[in-house]
Amino acid sequence: MQTVKIVVTGPFNAGKTEFIRSISEIDVVSTERKISLEAEKVKSSTTVAMDFGRITVDDDLVLYLFGTPGQKRFDFMWEILSEGMLGFVVAVDSTRPETFREARTILETFKAYAPTPFVVAANKQDHKDAWDVDDMRVALRLDPAVKMLSCVAKDKESVKKVLLELLFSILAKMDAKA
Amino acid sequence: MALKGNLRDFSFTQLLNLINLARKTGTLILEGSGEAARIVFSEGKLAYAQFAQDDATLPGVLQRSNRISPSQYRILKEKTANMSDKELGLMLINAGYVSRDDILNSLQTYATGVVRKLFTWVEGFFRFEQDTVPLDGKILVRVDLENLIIEGARQQRELEHLQEEIPSLDMALKFTDRPGTNLRNVNLSVEEWRVVSFVNPKNSIRQIARTTKLNDNEIRKVVYGLLQAGLVELVRTTSAPPPQPVRQFPTQNKDEQISLLNRVINRIRSI
Ligand SMILES: Nc1nc2c(ncn2[C@@H]2O[C@H](COP(=O)(O)OP(=O)(O)OP(=O)(O)O)[C@@H](O)[C@H]2O)c(=O)[nH]1
Ligand SMILES: [Mg+2]
Repeated sequence: MQTVKIVVTGPFNAGKTEFIRSISEIDVVSTERKISLEAEKVKSSTTVAMDFGRITVDDDLVLYLFGTPGQKRFDFMWEILSEGMLGFVVAVDSTRPETFREARTILETFKAYAPTPFVVAANKQDHKDAWDVDDMRVALRLDPAVKMLSCVAKDKESVKKVLLELLFSILAKMDAKA
Repeated sequence: MALKGNLRDFSFTQLLNLINLARKTGTLILEGSGEAARIVFSEGKLAYAQFAQDDATLPGVLQRSNRISPSQYRILKEKTANMSDKELGLMLINAGYVSRDDILNSLQTYATGVVRKLFTWVEGFFRFEQDTVPLDGKILVRVDLENLIIEGARQQRELEHLQEEIPSLDMALKFTDRPGTNLRNVNLSVEEWRVVSFVNPKNSIRQIARTTKLNDNEIRKVVYGLLQAGLVELVRTTSAPPPQPVRQFPTQNKDEQISLLNRVINRIRSI
């Protein structure tokens, strides 16, 4: 059995677990914990080590989806999770500009782990307070070549689109090298 | 879509950076503790600004800059209350009271003054209303934001924030190729100019710091200003080889890798 993996990263509460949950064929194996710190109580649970999802491609190929913990105090997991990834998705909560700077730091950190392709998913675009994708691109100071996609992690079609765009980027990079 | 938040999370300097880079037109409304301000931008340039409690009418602004006396101000306020700023401006120029430059300089000084004060706000709600420029009869100015942004960035003293903006001094800098930015129009300090002269993807920020004899925090501050003003961007140094991925694919054969990717793509499409 061959395996490949894609990593979904991004700041706390960006929707990484939701993203994987929407597309994984197994119930996401999540290492969620109840949140105790008052400051982080925007929701009841958070990922502490990783999320783990699976998509069986065919009889001898499986795609694993790994979600990283969003909170900084678990960032020792990041490098381990990024090892050998095909590429990665940076999920950003479009409704919380206070997380944009951190999103960029995370993006730079992952880029430094491996020069694999990545896409940025502007998540929660269904929310009324969502920032415009174009504004986020500038706020995140993304290179024009970086793909930035509108995303609703609760919506499977939207998640599919993000993953496909990432895979197309990986393919394009290989074609360019070949 | 919304462009709103709190300055605590997204600073005024960052907002100006966004408006400048995206060449936005619209009105930015800021509400702090007991104060409110409105700033109008036209294609990424400052066009108008006002604190709610200020008299930002033409007579008010002219008096503020001592172009007219307090008694002239009172008379104008009384007699020309129903005139628009544009009409009044024309009248004052024709009557020889003030020149066109007096008017534009006063308005510009006032508007940039509002912006400078806003750099000191660490907290306050903001929202940007795209394309709304409800300023019939107002005289608009046209001020490039780059200089203001650099000034604002110079006031950024929070080291932690700078650390986050520029996580690694091993990155290099390159000039952005944005149309319409001209370094010559930007008022840089001697220190900033020295850094600018070393901007090149081959030089890491650390090397530039060493050459210009700046310490880590000083170089971060200069680079932060240049980044915010949209003049430079961070890039990996061309001298350092990029890290190689470890075993991205279960096979080393290129064709098999491509076939594998296509299988994943087809599978996801079918979900
Ligand atoms: N409206 C909306 N809400 C979303 C979307 N995606 C996620 N959410 C909500 O956002 C919250 C956070 O989602 P999670 O998937 O737990 O976020 P996470 O990135 O895994 O969070 P951590 O593991 O704590 O870093 C949850 O309440 C989700 O229901 C979306 O696309 N739209
Ligand atoms: Mg999670």
